[in-house]
Amino acid sequence: MSPLNIKKGSTSHSAYDLRDPYAEAIETHTLAVVVDNESGVLARVIGLFSGRGYNIDSLTVAEVDHQGHRSRITVVTTGTPQVIDQIKAQLARMVPVHEVHDLTVDGPSVQRELALFKVAGRGEQRIEALRLAEIFRANVVDSTLESFVFEMTGTPEKIDAFAELMRPLGLREMARTGVAALARGA
Amino acid sequence: MSKAHARQMTGAKMVVQALKDQGVEVVFGYPGGAVLPIYDEIFQQNDIRHVLVRHEQGAVHMAEGYARSTGKPGVALVTSGPGATNAVTGLTDALMDSIPIVVLSGQVPTFMIGTDGFQEADTVGITRPCTKHNWLVKDTAKLSETIHQAFHVATRGRPGPVLVDIPKDVQFATADYTPMEAARTGHYQPRTKGDPEQIERLVEMIETAERPVFYTGGGVINSGPAASRLLRELVEATGFPITSTLMGLGAYPASGKSWLGMLGMHGLYEANLAMHGCDVMINVGARFDDRITGRVKDFSPHSRKAHIDIDPSSINKVIRVEVPIVGDVSSVLEDVLERWVARGRKVNREALAKWWGKIGEWRAVNCLDYKPSTKTIKPQYALQRLEALTKGMDRYITTEVGQHQMWAAQFLGFEDPNRWMTSGGLGTMGYGLPASIGVQVAHPEALVINVAGEASWLMNMQEMGTAMQFRAPVKQFILNNERLGMVRQWQELLHGERYSHSWSESLPDFVKLAEAFGCKGIKCSDPKDLDDAILEMIRYDGPVIFDCLVEKHENCFPMIPSGKPHNEMLLGEADTQGVIGAKGAVLV
Repeated sequence: MSPLNIKKGSTSHSAYDLRDPYAEAIETHTLAVVVDNESGVLARVIGLFSGRGYNIDSLTVAEVDHQGHRSRITVVTTGTPQVIDQIKAQLARMVPVHEVHDLTVDGPSVQRELALFKVAGRGEQRIEALRLAEIFRANVVDSTLESFVFEMTGTPEKIDAFAELMRPLGLREMARTGVAALARGA
Repeated sequence: MSKAHARQMTGAKMVVQALKDQGVEVVFGYPGGAVLPIYDEIFQQNDIRHVLVRHEQGAVHMAEGYARSTGKPGVALVTSGPGATNAVTGLTDALMDSIPIVVLSGQVPTFMIGTDGFQEADTVGITRPCTKHNWLVKDTAKLSETIHQAFHVATRGRPGPVLVDIPKDVQFATADYTPMEAARTGHYQPRTKGDPEQIERLVEMIETAERPVFYTGGGVINSGPAASRLLRELVEATGFPITSTLMGLGAYPASGKSWLGMLGMHGLYEANLAMHGCDVMINVGARFDDRITGRVKDFSPHSRKAHIDIDPSSINKVIRVEVPIVGDVSSVLEDVLERWVARGRKVNREALAKWWGKIGEWRAVNCLDYKPSTKTIKPQYALQRLEALTKGMDRYITTEVGQHQMWAAQFLGFEDPNRWMTSGGLGTMGYGLPASIGVQVAHPEALVINVAGEASWLMNMQEMGTAMQFRAPVKQFILNNERLGMVRQWQELLHGERYSHSWSESLPDFVKLAEAFGCKGIKCSDPKDLDDAILEMIRYDGPVIFDCLVEKHENCFPMIPSGKPHNEMLLGEADTQGVIGAKGAVLV
């Protein structure tokens, strides 16, 4: 663990699949699932995870093709390689699922999350919070004499790191969207 | 949609029209407020027969029995709320056993959904995890297409149950009918053809195997008659031994010379030891269920494994295999045979002969042996006599769940696929009676026997009314030990012989019960009378409830206790002392 209490290796990328598929090590994978945006489709996907005892670390969903009524679900999950393969196979056989991409093994990918932080404080604390926000390229989207709301996009690690720094400076509330991810390149 | 096909009709009429277009001959159902418009349409036509059940669970099991004995999808029609919730057990049963059925349920009108209306339930929510897919149709214009899609999904790939929930206002409203050919079945087209590279690897395994075994399952039956034919061809040509799961019995004939009998928890000694000792295992349409594998860590430790399955999620789910082949059994077997023949039909005859020698030693153990009795009817004896007296007849067998089910699988021989209907994955007590009616409706002239235990049978005995009303001459062969036999057996072996609630108190007089339903009741308790009684049952033109009083404390052997590997089987009472450790007792 780093001093900032960030989990190491939570998004390790490799262009080559060098994993032992039956290793017992728990891995974190980011899956992109393209589905028909029909009634109940999210419940179906989530129900698969809860019904079979798989983890969901984060989940984002929105319609990305309004004409074709397709939604993209980005789900970050953990498990042994065998469990991850099983999750992908279970997702892929669902009727409204069109594509399942494992962005963690398919190649390099860009992963971004949006977060809002409410930090309350006065005096030196307040100035320190603002200074750190600048270093992290967070925007101030709301301000009172006693508080800021910062907006930041970045990797989950960056958001974790910023949150850790804000905690002693008066972090009151925090909202995160979960990861949205795309594979790099064309 | 082309003009020629544009036909306006009500949603209710669409339902009936879509069923006709799908070739549906019979619907098992029960009316209620939310499906009255559909029942009105059923009333005004003669193409589709409706079988009125006594409970919606019965309707779904009948649809399952129909589907399993014909290879065609079964259809059930239920009302909203309790009608739909009563269908849940049947849907789950069909999901576990991969049986294609289409359940149509009524729903409160769309404008009432979410108001806790009378007989409203979130049917698609409740049935989402127990169907392959389900739909709530909110627009009549989409209804007929959705029903066609439902049939498509139920029957393609790994078959399974689907449900279409139809609000009452959607049934009343009018729209254009979408004919079957015009329905978009879109992207759901599971792969059926196996990867040639993997098939080549399997053929190489066949050529070099020293101790091979075919391990086959329900996927062979689901794939259709061609799959069974090709399997038989491959087994005969290679001379490899073959065993099957409970679900796959009949794909290879029980009289075939390579047949080892069923494998698994109550499978045959020779079948399980062949699985344990083989060097090449060829899984054809089975799924490494826990009843089959026993302790996973010690499952067939020295074999290379190939797995043919149409569902990619079945592969490497429980047991890792060296040669995974995603595809339809008949398509893959055809390719395997073609490649194997083209490469010169090679097998290691010498090693194979040695392997058969070893299997012969295991067979000589005679694992199904039991202590006969002249005073009480042993359940095994009852099934042996049933087998002998019905052999060669046009016979279909269904079962309930428990000891009788395992004995039926051990002692009855199945020569053809689609002749054996049993609840394998879910283990649904109360399955057999309604399933037998479903089978009989599909095969009116055949001999349909439900091998039952008295406790299971009582769970859906109301369906005798259905059997009487629709003249389904089903034979209910009840092995009555006045116990929940399998529960009792586990309590004896695992729970210090504390028989907590595992006996059947206050049983009905089954003969009088039969008379009350208007059918025939037969009671038999003396082994000497058994043959005549069975013949009387077979010859009676109508439903029969046969109360066969059997030995009360018989245990079902062989048995692989929970948490044990295949080579630690119990063969009889003498083996049972302290066999299941605390770890095994946690398992079911």
